[in-house]
Amino acid sequence: MNFPKELKYSRTHEWVRFQEDGTAYIGITDYAQDQLGDLVFVNLPAAGDSLQAGEAFADVESVKAVSDVNAPLSGTVKEVNDALADAPEKMNEAPYDAWFVLAEEITETDGLMTAEEYEAFIAEEG
Amino acid sequence: MELKHTPLYEAHLRCGGKMVEFGGFEMPVQYRTGVIREHMAVRTACGLFDVSHMGEVILQGPDTVRNLNRLLTNDYTVMEDGQARYSPMCNEQGGTVDDLIVYKVAGDRYFVVVNASNREKDVAWIRAHVSGETAVEDVSESYGQIALQGPLAERILRKLTAEENIPRKNYTALWDRSVGGVNCIVSRTGYTGSDGFELYTHAKDTEKLWDLLLEAGREEELIPCGLGARDTLRLEAGMPLYGHELSDTISPMTAGLGYFVKMNKEDFIGKAALETAGVPAQCRVGLKAVGRGIMREHQDVYADGRKIGQTTSGTHCPYIGYPAAMAIIDRGYGIPGTAVQVDVRGRLVEAEVVKLPFYKR
Repeated sequence: MNFPKELKYSRTHEWVRFQEDGTAYIGITDYAQDQLGDLVFVNLPAAGDSLQAGEAFADVESVKAVSDVNAPLSGTVKEVNDALADAPEKMNEAPYDAWFVLAEEITETDGLMTAEEYEAFIAEEG
Repeated sequence: MELKHTPLYEAHLRCGGKMVEFGGFEMPVQYRTGVIREHMAVRTACGLFDVSHMGEVILQGPDTVRNLNRLLTNDYTVMEDGQARYSPMCNEQGGTVDDLIVYKVAGDRYFVVVNASNREKDVAWIRAHVSGETAVEDVSESYGQIALQGPLAERILRKLTAEENIPRKNYTALWDRSVGGVNCIVSRTGYTGSDGFELYTHAKDTEKLWDLLLEAGREEELIPCGLGARDTLRLEAGMPLYGHELSDTISPMTAGLGYFVKMNKEDFIGKAALETAGVPAQCRVGLKAVGRGIMREHQDVYADGRKIGQTTSGTHCPYIGYPAAMAIIDRGYGIPGTAVQVDVRGRLVEAEVVKLPFYKR
């Protein structure tokens, strides 16, 4: 399983890629997609929606089940990856390219982990 | 409660099965291949399923046909040796105790296959309602069962056994046949909507048979498939699953299984209640999502601004390529083409009533 060093990770298995301009891309981790199985649907928020750290902002569905995707930080949705809705399998195939939203006006980012910390965390959890 | 293991438990771990609880057993929901590939394998090539969790019961004795006709809604009076026949089993209220398959072995010996989660209930029910000379024996522990399903199933099976050991007709079985040296009941049945076989064998030989089949099907790209694909396949094929489309309170008439209820045969358990009920107020339908969203079980169905029923199963169906559900709704809305809305976690998704099954080979 792959956990790129340049990303930050949440305890509920989302990744964050901080940009130099203070915005951040958000998606679900390789571990999350592996646990969820074949993903066939994603329900995305709209641009302008607010993100509350630790609260659901999207949901994904595998053939078998629905799972919430939590916001790993607080902020506002600047941009939504609408293409993901047409190709939900991208979350399985390339989880770190399959971003859900680009967040801006980021306030709270508490509790995010580095790749090493996240790997240790899932080893313990799994 | 301690979870039971089938004789293939070790094989599943070896094959990378993701194990979950089902019907009191620890079973693979999928392997590393995932539900979609497993589902597609069964539609386009072949898949291998462990269905050893199913229960097997032998009924034998001179009064067995009479008892089957009284216990079950279908008619068992005329059957050939090796023939299989599906039936609901009703309670006195016309609800469904279980749905099952009865094989006539030979003479007055019958082999009954029941759902894993209902096995104890069924055996108790059958024992409590048989009369005269019929011995009831629960042989579930001594049998393993493997389903080989898909258009290439026959080709794979043929590598391990002679032509004469392969039943030609659907819903027939051959007893006491050698498949790769393993003694089996070879049945041309399944729960996927694709062609295929169910092989019953001694519990101790099940793993050997599993390995032989996987090896024989290498060229055909046979892969092990879990309960996840089994569920999406049966849904696509419009087949009811007990606990969803059937239950103690859902009658076979409501579930659209009237074909398997022979009202003009002699008395059977539940007949009076079904007669009194007449045409049920609700019926089972297929729903195809028109809007975006995946319907799941127990979601409310609306039409004309009011609630008309509830979904009983729902998922994204990989082969037909759209989200589909089965639902039990007011009969007046059961006509194909009717527009309905399904409450998918607070969001109304547009759907259309369609004729079942969604997929037919």
